[in-house]
Amino acid sequence: MTTSQNTFDVVADIIADTSSIERDKITADSHTINDLGIDSLDFLDITFAVDKKFGIKMPVEQWMEDVNEGRASADDFFIMTNLVGKIEELIAAKS
Amino acid sequence: MQLEYFQLVDRVEELDKKKGRIECSAAVPMKSTIFEGHFPDYPILPGVLLIEAMAQCSGFMLLSLESFERLPFLLQVEKAKLRTFVQPGEELRVIGTLVHQGSGYAVTRGEVLREGKSIADSELRFRVMAFPTEKLKQRVRERAEEVGLRPAGT
Repeated sequence: MTTSQNTFDVVADIIADTSSIERDKITADSHTINDLGIDSLDFLDITFAVDKKFGIKMPVEQWMEDVNEGRASADDFFIMTNLVGKIEELIAAKS
Repeated sequence: MQLEYFQLVDRVEELDKKKGRIECSAAVPMKSTIFEGHFPDYPILPGVLLIEAMAQCSGFMLLSLESFERLPFLLQVEKAKLRTFVQPGEELRVIGTLVHQGSGYAVTRGEVLREGKSIADSELRFRVMAFPTEKLKQRVRERAEEVGLRPAGT
């Protein structure tokens, strides 16, 4: 999946700001939970910041349901490049 | 307020679900065991209870927005300001304003007024999730009715 560098940078900056993670450590291949160690409270902060920034509503509950019921892998949502791709889909759907 | 039962608002006075705004009344009791320790010979309402009052007020709004099917749990308190002491017997208004309703969470702005003047405010973040038990769901619905939020039987 290709993602625009601009969206990636915005999301990575938000993660760095909200979770006190060094910006340089956030790459396209980073897993937000396994690699970056983001917990559920920090992920909520990130979700709120992303929702506000892009005027979207990240369907995190649906994502978790899909993972829990085996319809998707956690990697589909929580690896940075995939996460940014999902966010770009939501931005595109809005407009 | 019934401090010993952790019921920090007395009545929902106004609720506008379209605007995302709720206003509750809350009367600080004259007597409570809490005032015996906070503080001896100088009773003031603990600031954390003002924050809890804001959370409960916003919580009633979120319950209503969720059609009483899901329960908000306080998760985060941001930039809380407690501007003055609150003493026994004072009448307060507590206001909640919806900032954002996300997927599985919500953000509100809470404010406490005394005689029309803002005395406390904070941003509040909630996790919104299914009731963990049916009994709790029933009890919360009953409590909502007690504060005038939900017509009986609907």
